[in-house]
Amino acid sequence: MFETIFVDAANWLRNLLISINLSPFVVEVFLHVVKMVVILVFVLLNVMWLVYMERKVSARFQCRVGPDRNGPYGLAQIFNDVAKLISKEMILPTHVNKKMYLLAPILIFAPPMAILAVTPMGEGMAAVDLNLGLYYFVAIAGINTVVVWMAGWSSNNKYSLVGGMRAVAQMVSYEIPLLLALVGVIVLTGTLNLNGIVDAQKSAWLIFTQPLAFFIYFIAAMAEANRAPFDLVEGESEIISGPYTEYSGMGFAFFFLAEYANLLVMAIMTTTLFLGGWLAPFGWTFIPSWLWFIIKVYFVIWVVMWMRWTFPRIRIDHLMNLAWKFLVPLAIANIFVTGLAKYFIGI
Amino acid sequence: MDLRQEVYTLNLGPQHPSTHGVFRVLLTLDGETVVDATSVPGYLHRGIEKIVEDRTYAQVIPYTDRLDYLAGMLMNWGYVLAVEKLAGIEVPERAEYIRVIVGELSRIASHQIAVGSMASDLGGLTGFIYNFRDREYILDLLEMLSGSRMTFSFMRIGGVASDITDEFIGKTREFIDYFPKNGIEEYNNFITGNEIFQARSKNIAVVSREKALDMSLSGPVLRASGVAHDLRKVRPYSVYPHFDFDVPVGENGDSFDRYYLHILEMEQSLRIIEQALDNLPDGPIMAKVSRNFKPPVGEAYAEVESSKGILGVYVVSDGTTKPYRVHFRRPSFINLGHFDEMIKGWKIADVIAVLASLDIVLGEVDC
Repeated sequence: MFETIFVDAANWLRNLLISINLSPFVVEVFLHVVKMVVILVFVLLNVMWLVYMERKVSARFQCRVGPDRNGPYGLAQIFNDVAKLISKEMILPTHVNKKMYLLAPILIFAPPMAILAVTPMGEGMAAVDLNLGLYYFVAIAGINTVVVWMAGWSSNNKYSLVGGMRAVAQMVSYEIPLLLALVGVIVLTGTLNLNGIVDAQKSAWLIFTQPLAFFIYFIAAMAEANRAPFDLVEGESEIISGPYTEYSGMGFAFFFLAEYANLLVMAIMTTTLFLGGWLAPFGWTFIPSWLWFIIKVYFVIWVVMWMRWTFPRIRIDHLMNLAWKFLVPLAIANIFVTGLAKYFIGI
Repeated sequence: MDLRQEVYTLNLGPQHPSTHGVFRVLLTLDGETVVDATSVPGYLHRGIEKIVEDRTYAQVIPYTDRLDYLAGMLMNWGYVLAVEKLAGIEVPERAEYIRVIVGELSRIASHQIAVGSMASDLGGLTGFIYNFRDREYILDLLEMLSGSRMTFSFMRIGGVASDITDEFIGKTREFIDYFPKNGIEEYNNFITGNEIFQARSKNIAVVSREKALDMSLSGPVLRASGVAHDLRKVRPYSVYPHFDFDVPVGENGDSFDRYYLHILEMEQSLRIIEQALDNLPDGPIMAKVSRNFKPPVGEAYAEVESSKGILGVYVVSDGTTKPYRVHFRRPSFINLGHFDEMIKGWKIADVIAVLASLDIVLGEVDC
């Protein structure tokens, strides 16, 4: 019963709408709007939970307790945080490029939302079952760079500018190993559809058949999401807060929350591409597929947080060396070996 | 396409999260590479040297706490040593031993900040918190003695303010047992051994032995360049000749050596404290010093090895109850003199790392 709870709900809604004699086109449009709203709520709920989780996880790593005053176990902390940020004035410095400065925090949420529209979060639970899902993901994820650069450039602040330049250099460089690592996945699964990729992992998860690609993808995705040890864009001990230095109030809150939305997207994509998506391991299908998906996503998020609170920050030239001299050749070698294996063994 | 290129100026500080206070440095940058740098200290200048000319000799002691507020005991010590030299006061041996114990505890606490801030300035905040966790033990110990956790004002002209208790000795021994295993080993596993940390600090901003001597550097910054110069060994003061300890020396003079010496020195400080506790003599803790203390006309200069380097205190007396002139040779300030040269050619991120490896305290730099 729980396995199909969301699919059933969608079907129930569709039948209800058809029963009141709406045209099929209107029904589909309405359903899609509902799905998008559900995704929006899903992202916001997760982001709020992640802010709290990061505080608690970091506290545990640092021999602290973390927030515990607001509500049970400090769970209400995030509401207070957001209420504070909303009630603060969003300062508009006189020297900024106003249009871009105000547009950047609005656009920063668009890529994660757009990507989540195509990811299957359970059996038959992708809002849009897109044939070019993986291609779409890579294309949309790249937009993030533009938004961060908009914030960095329009702030007209040298710290922001340095942060923006770092963002462009870092994100563009790491797109390449990320893409090349995904080629191995495409070669093995033979599809760009994310549902298809999950289905293809029924015999073995891609983390076991493509360990090197997973390794490269994970590093590159961390760099794309600006998570430590690749958080050079923010680099709070060097360039204050990078592109977000000049933002206050809601503008800052958007960037702050978008960081976690991006983390969520990164974990979801890692799960979908390499950890078997919503597939149940050991044949434990008594846990519904969407719950398995959430469990795996949160495991990935926990690993990312673990790394963040363990490693110091890498330097910009080391970062570039890692991408171009190490990850790109490895990724190409991985494609070559995967291709040979596919040709000769025909996995 | 011919793009116009130019260097730009970045004003780092005085309001910046990792300048250890209100230090300011004007960087001329080519992209992220430092072309030129100018340090602008002075934002925390309080005119302590002038203020104390209007205070009695005993009243100066709390001001010295505010110099290097991370190692207040050692700052007290430098000043009282100079005044005792001026007035020819013999300090009882038990007081000297207590001074050594609290001084070395203070040195460990200060080195922990150095180690922790190096980690946090490289982006690993957790290393910082680990150091603060263990520093808490020392602050509790010193609070037990002086009632204060930071500005102790524990030393007096001619001795120390209070005697150490059995409880203090027991707790200190507990700390000596606890710290190498749970503290230093964790720092080494977590910070020193980290690949990224080593890549960020090894062979960065190398200071040659000659340059270190020319620039009059002192403390761990000098010893990292391979000069085994520690006042506790080369010009011993107090009861340091009684103790058996080593002076760790670096090889390369890079950021990593400067950082790692702090950890090695913590181990040596523990050795000294243990020996001092074992051989603690009985007796008074204060020499006979008149309440209306007037040293004879003259001048005296005394040096101690503080956690940052050589702290020199110069006191001139005109025979009244107030010093005619007091001057502090602050190690952080003099070590900082080479900073502009050190960071040339490195990246912005290295500027922060090098500053952290120099281990400055702005209260001391600006005095």
